Amino acid sequence: MALFQIKRRNILPGFGLSMGYTVFYLSAIVIVPVSMIFFNTFPMGWEPFVNAVTAPRVIASYKLSFSTAFFAALFDAFAGLLTAWVLVRYRFPGKQFLDALVDLPFALPTAVAGICFATLYSPIGWLGQLLAPLNLHIINTPTGIIIALIFIGFPFVVRTIQPVLEEMEQEIEEAAHCLGATRWQTFTKILLPHLFPALLTGVTLAFARGIGEYGSVIFIAGNLPMKTEIAPLMIMSKLDQFDYAGASAVALVLLLISFTMLLLLNAVQEWQQKEYRS
Amino acid sequence: MPQPEISQSHPPVVKKRISDPLSVQVLLVGLTYLFFIGFIFLPLGLVFSQAFGKGWSVYLEAIREPYAIEAVKLTLLTVAIVVPVNAVFGVAAAWAITKFNFPGKSTLKSLLDLPFAVSPVIAGLIFVLLVGSRTPFGSWLGEHGIKIIFSTPGIIIATIFVTFPFIARELIPLMESQGRDEEEAALTLGAKGWQIFWTVTLPNIRWGLLYGTILCGARSIGEFGAVSVVSGHIRGQTNTVPLHVEILYSEYNFTASFAVASLLVFLALLTVVVKSTMEKHFQKNSFHH
Repeated sequence: MALFQIKRRNILPGFGLSMGYTVFYLSAIVIVPVSMIFFNTFPMGWEPFVNAVTAPRVIASYKLSFSTAFFAALFDAFAGLLTAWVLVRYRFPGKQFLDALVDLPFALPTAVAGICFATLYSPIGWLGQLLAPLNLHIINTPTGIIIALIFIGFPFVVRTIQPVLEEMEQEIEEAAHCLGATRWQTFTKILLPHLFPALLTGVTLAFARGIGEYGSVIFIAGNLPMKTEIAPLMIMSKLDQFDYAGASAVALVLLLISFTMLLLLNAVQEWQQKEYRS
Repeated sequence: MPQPEISQSHPPVVKKRISDPLSVQVLLVGLTYLFFIGFIFLPLGLVFSQAFGKGWSVYLEAIREPYAIEAVKLTLLTVAIVVPVNAVFGVAAAWAITKFNFPGKSTLKSLLDLPFAVSPVIAGLIFVLLVGSRTPFGSWLGEHGIKIIFSTPGIIIATIFVTFPFIARELIPLMESQGRDEEEAALTLGAKGWQIFWTVTLPNIRWGLLYGTILCGARSIGEFGAVSVVSGHIRGQTNTVPLHVEILYSEYNFTASFAVASLLVFLALLTVVVKSTMEKHFQKNSFHH
């Protein structure tokens, strides 16, 4: 029996070639280069490492990156849920058009998005003009960073909720309706719990992307030290000063946090699948 | 008889679904449009209004300028190398992962996704640390006349890193759902390895492969952060189109910057249209046929 299984496993040709090529390519392009971060950080020793990553400017940049990515992801949760709901459930003019444009932030180069938002919200820009009399300043503030990150994270939320919403059977809602539930009750008690794992996945993806985002943010942020300097920019400026160890240290912390979030996300997805089966 | 035909031409009776009141529908659709106006339509409109604001001749001049043309050439060269290389890798990885069982498969799958979790700036940084002129390996390469960082090979490698999960990620779920029956049948009928691949597997995965290729291509054209770290921004030499947009913008040459950016916007819109058309096609006919 065991012999049969081994034979069956290897019936198709090309395992050695495809596996060997995959492992080689993955090592050359990903594993070896990413490990350079560790090799450049470890010789620093513990204390210089801690000093590098706890310098006030670095701490400020971490806080800024995390808080702006968080608020942007939170906004995307609402905007994404709304868009997915409208696209799946309603029929209205321009629906196909909006559905296609959801992917624009994926397809548009981040630098282009960056200069667009910076120009829109500049004091003489289309939107900046309207906001200036209200004393609302977007450019060179964390709010500007949040706006750029909302744009970047939006498709992640829509595209994770949409398929779940499409597959949901409306019979459940009809049953709730027959049992006397109001629309709002049906939404909060039935729809939202069902959509929650997908929503959480989408929001986590948007958040993770937001932490590392660079191109769309730097134009609108103004990059003022301690105020609007994001973590990826800290890495960039350390590199410009040839402080390779410092850049690796900042990057290492950012990487570890991203990996932790990915692991958490995997756990969420497993939980989601279990929920779905039961 | 004409009568049954007439009754058939009537729209089919649709069971009335419970739905939200019209007022709620209008409100929610209105809010969605408001979001799209602020975050999608206004930025798109701005690009074209800025790019064409000073007329066609200024626009054409900005995109015909020698540095712009050099940037376009470099970007096209990058895409022409990155996409095929990642396509070959994507097919190999998907073949190994979906056609065989081996220990460590899920680890391998998570490693494939790694570049998605890495900030573009870090993606550039790792190659500076690996082959930059101040590293042992980089200085050895330099002694032999090979320059990677601040030159075209660096831009290509960083772009490969950033875009390499796209094709594999499209192919793995597709090939998993197709199983290995057709390949095994071909094998029993006496087909050789490459013969199976070209005549059985490739026709089955061609749409998924094309789809992943489009996503990979779009991202290779637009990659900014990673390329920015390894490029050195040398005009006419290591300047890709997105970097050229940045340089023009930081020189306050807004019209030229948006003119060059409009080329990228056209490509992004084309990508979005092709993507949504293909998705509609797949929904009707499923992926393989």
